[in-house]
Amino acid sequence: MNPNVIEIRGVARHFGDVRAVDGVTLTIARGEALGLIGHNGAGKTTLFKLMLGLERPTAGTIEIEGESVHGPRFRDVRRRIGFMPESASLYPNLTGLETLRFFARLKGADAAQCPRLLERVGLAPAAGRAVKHYSKGMAQRLLFAQALLGSPRLLFLDEPTHGLDPAAVRDFYDLLREMRADGVTVVLTSHVLAEVEQRVDRLALMSGGKLQASGTVQSLRDALDLPLAFEVRLNGAAEGELASALGPLAMEPPQMRGPHATFRCARGGKLAVLAALATLGGRLADISIKEPTLEDVFLGYRRAH
Amino acid sequence: MAIEIRPIATLAAKEFQDRIRNRWTIAVAGVFTAFALAIAYFGAAQQGAVGLRGVDVTIASLVSLVIYLVPLIALMLGYDAVVGERERGSLPLLLSLPITRFELIAGKYLGLAAALAASTIAGFGVVGILLGVHFGAAALGHYAGFMASAVALGLAFLSVSVLISVVAASRVGASGMAIVSWFGFVLLYDLVLLALLVALGGRLAAGTVPALLLLNPADAFRMVNIFGFADVARLYGLAAVVPPSLASPFVQGAALVAWILVPLGIASWRFR
Repeated sequence: MNPNVIEIRGVARHFGDVRAVDGVTLTIARGEALGLIGHNGAGKTTLFKLMLGLERPTAGTIEIEGESVHGPRFRDVRRRIGFMPESASLYPNLTGLETLRFFARLKGADAAQCPRLLERVGLAPAAGRAVKHYSKGMAQRLLFAQALLGSPRLLFLDEPTHGLDPAAVRDFYDLLREMRADGVTVVLTSHVLAEVEQRVDRLALMSGGKLQASGTVQSLRDALDLPLAFEVRLNGAAEGELASALGPLAMEPPQMRGPHATFRCARGGKLAVLAALATLGGRLADISIKEPTLEDVFLGYRRAH
Repeated sequence: MAIEIRPIATLAAKEFQDRIRNRWTIAVAGVFTAFALAIAYFGAAQQGAVGLRGVDVTIASLVSLVIYLVPLIALMLGYDAVVGERERGSLPLLLSLPITRFELIAGKYLGLAAALAASTIAGFGVVGILLGVHFGAAALGHYAGFMASAVALGLAFLSVSVLISVVAASRVGASGMAIVSWFGFVLLYDLVLLALLVALGGRLAAGTVPALLLLNPADAFRMVNIFGFADVARLYGLAAVVPPSLASPFVQGAALVAWILVPLGIASWRFR
């Protein structure tokens, strides 16, 4: 069996002069969770629409489970896809349960699973309430429940945590982890880079319609060789000694804020910096090392290209 | 691609239930009833009489009411069917489901059509029942024909409004196009034809004007009701100017049916 569930080859979508998606090639393996990361307008949502067959590509092909997304047999594949669009407002006069039953019937899924799904996303108490009385977070949960109808094997989630409070974000990722344990393939977009970093297997960075890079968080960091950030706490005034101990290992003179000093060093110089800091002995109270965040990685790619 | 009935039925049922639940159907039926009763009862007040007259006279009075009211209601019902979903952001979600675009249009249209037909039949049905009580059941045949043509007129304009909903970029744009179509079909079209007739005098080929009338669903409706019933035709006194080939209620009815199918077909073709 083809290990790739999604195969995107040289796909472009132009709207007049605007190249919303510009020559993207990407494969996603069965059971993988891929985070599609980019700022607003980077082309993520258009790429989603292309993957779901909602837009026709200007160039290139997209296959899901071996079927062209515009082919006659894609209807069957759709039954196994769950899609959560970015901030769609649903039908205000239907209740949560009615909404879910409506989508279940359209999808050909068993409507009997609707109450259980509402419970899974924490909406059971509001099942009989009209959607117009739902908060933004509740509406997002309902959209997520909708995506889970019919036990999908493939989930497309466009900015799924947009508008959720932190507790709801955690609940969402807990639920997603359960889905993933069942082998569901997940593609999600986000512009909150730090949020997805630890929750997907692989990241694809998009900018200006182009795929800038893809890989694990670690491989992206390594590929860019981004500097590490050190933060040290000193006992007493020892700035001069710190600066002289580090010498050229620090990429710039340490920045002081009270007893705290911050500086950056090259990725390969980590052990040398630690050895230099050890010479300060008791004048050093604490050390912490920060890996570059995904935001740094992203900005690094933007600068590099 | 094969057409599946279940998604069409699901979409149609939702649209219909929405209109029942938000009381659209009952409100429109109430408006139709009130106007129809008023016109049926007071229509001859200028001639110094009130009360129900003959069935054909009543139909002749109601035809004008239907021409103004039904297209407006139908256009208002359908203009946001697709563009509304697009603007709300729910259209991509619907289209990601295992349904085709044709099924989406067909389901929405059938649901809205059922709501409109229910309102029309309920609204004008009250007058029909009164006529039946007054003039006996035999009188109802004509009236049923009139109601069927009123439903067809509504469905034709609903079809136009769904086409508007597919091509419009926004709900506001769609509502504007709906109002312009109402003005165009119901008010301007006949004026323009009249102007043409006066300007060109006798140079128009015989039968051109009646043929052009069939290109407007509102006029096709008027003609089917005039030529469907001999007594009504006499009331209008127009029969002389229409060639026999176009005077057939079947031709006029076919024009109305074409006005239901063609805009819907174009909507389905454009919605890709």
